[in-house]
Amino acid sequence: MSLPVQAQEALASFEQARGWEQRARLLMQWGDRLEPLSEAEKVEGNRVHGCESLVWLVAEQHAGQWHFKASSDARLLRGLLALLLVRVQGLASAEFTGLDLREWFTQLGLERQLSPSRSNGLHAVLLRMAELAVSR
Amino acid sequence: MFQPSPWRADFPAIAALQRQHQTYLDSAATTQKPQALVDALSHYYCHGAANVHRAQHLPGALATQAFEASRDKVAAWLNAADSRQIVFTHGATSALNLLAYGLEYRFEAGDEIAISALEHHANLLPWQQLARRRDLRLVVLPLDEHGRIDLEQALQLIGPRTRLLAVSQLSNVLGTWQPLPPLLAHARAQGALTVVDGAQGVVHGRHDMQQLGCDFYVFSSHKLYGPEGVGVLYGRPQVLELLRHWQFGGEMVQLADYQSASFRPAPLGFEAGTPPIAGVIGLGATLDYLASLDAHAVATHEASLHQHLLRGLADREGIRILGTPQAALASFVIDGVHNADIAHMLTEQGIAVRAGHHCAMPLLKGLGLEGAIRVSLGLYNDSDDLQRFFEALDQGLELLR
Repeated sequence: MSLPVQAQEALASFEQARGWEQRARLLMQWGDRLEPLSEAEKVEGNRVHGCESLVWLVAEQHAGQWHFKASSDARLLRGLLALLLVRVQGLASAEFTGLDLREWFTQLGLERQLSPSRSNGLHAVLLRMAELAVSR
Repeated sequence: MFQPSPWRADFPAIAALQRQHQTYLDSAATTQKPQALVDALSHYYCHGAANVHRAQHLPGALATQAFEASRDKVAAWLNAADSRQIVFTHGATSALNLLAYGLEYRFEAGDEIAISALEHHANLLPWQQLARRRDLRLVVLPLDEHGRIDLEQALQLIGPRTRLLAVSQLSNVLGTWQPLPPLLAHARAQGALTVVDGAQGVVHGRHDMQQLGCDFYVFSSHKLYGPEGVGVLYGRPQVLELLRHWQFGGEMVQLADYQSASFRPAPLGFEAGTPPIAGVIGLGATLDYLASLDAHAVATHEASLHQHLLRGLADREGIRILGTPQAALASFVIDGVHNADIAHMLTEQGIAVRAGHHCAMPLLKGLGLEGAIRVSLGLYNDSDDLQRFFEALDQGLELLR
């Protein structure tokens, strides 16, 4: 399964990143690229709970392909969400179900952001995605 | 000027954390442990574990002796008149739940329970749920701008319908000492039972139960440099008698038949099942260690580090400290910066602080905040720990801004 183009780009930049500062800068840059959510999309039904920050995840399927939108009020989390979306955007259901997202963040050198003890919300978002993958 | 901690080397984990480039500033959540505690646990497990209060054999006798000696040490630490006033639980949370269930029968619909707006969930939810079960009114005492219970309003709100007052001694978010003496005196004059949540307060200074004059006082061992899984409920003898038994099982029973049973009084009647024996023995060893320290030197060290923390925060632009902290900790937010982002930056730099709602969601909501960063101190911290925190904070903010 080949990586989407944007995911390849993300991987290349994070693989080159040296040190936490550069990774943090990259995360903020990716966060700025996240497509903003409309106010109508920032509703309770789209909230992902279990995070200290406000996180929204909008998931839709068109013609067997997944389309996601996500945002947060926290900046670095927006970066993590952006990196998540470039990996899953446009995947067919079967591909999405078989995807190991933990592995993706490990490749990026961001696996520590996934720990359940961290309340940054990425863990909760991945749980929600796993539910979606099973339910549809 | 460098301010060392004379007790730092007594806590082996601090050096281990330092080797992992971690600066531990989250002692209000849980503390690192003194070598004396580690030795006591190791001694107990290496020399023969046994159940307490049950067996005639020698290991059982020794374990029971050590277990009961810890009860004496806790009683001495709190200056309780009698060791029988000390009930071991599994934590402050379970002690507060014991009270909420053990006293439930005394409440009738329309009665009032008073708590404060700054309570930790552990001293809010057991009372909230009791109020819902029994159709009681939960009265929330408001705070003043410093983050202390507003005494004037509290004395109005605590009245003849108030059957119980449950308040924290030291806020885990605001670091403020609560005005307990007038609150407790007033509540007792109204005929209310009084419960003090000492989870944070017990860690700073010695508190004399006979002077404090509350009916019940609870704390957890792990915040007082002891093992987790152990809590303490202190009660005046007359009010311990009011408690109904709530958890049933081994060793809390006097006589048991298939259809009925009679139960022991406090403390053993409230220690159903095998207690955390090693943990209780470990808490005893921790108290021996703490009692061996120069209390004045500890207090001076903690106060001076706390001042250093407050000064450093005040020196930085855009930082808003929650309330007016008096001891142990400070929580803050930064204008225009999400606390999750600060937490991220500090974590990346090996600074262990707490971010979020600190198990006090209604308090944070009342302050109009989603969360805050909390820096909290233990007696092993030194001024270099704070220096590293401030450097990491500056570095993180520079990246974020």
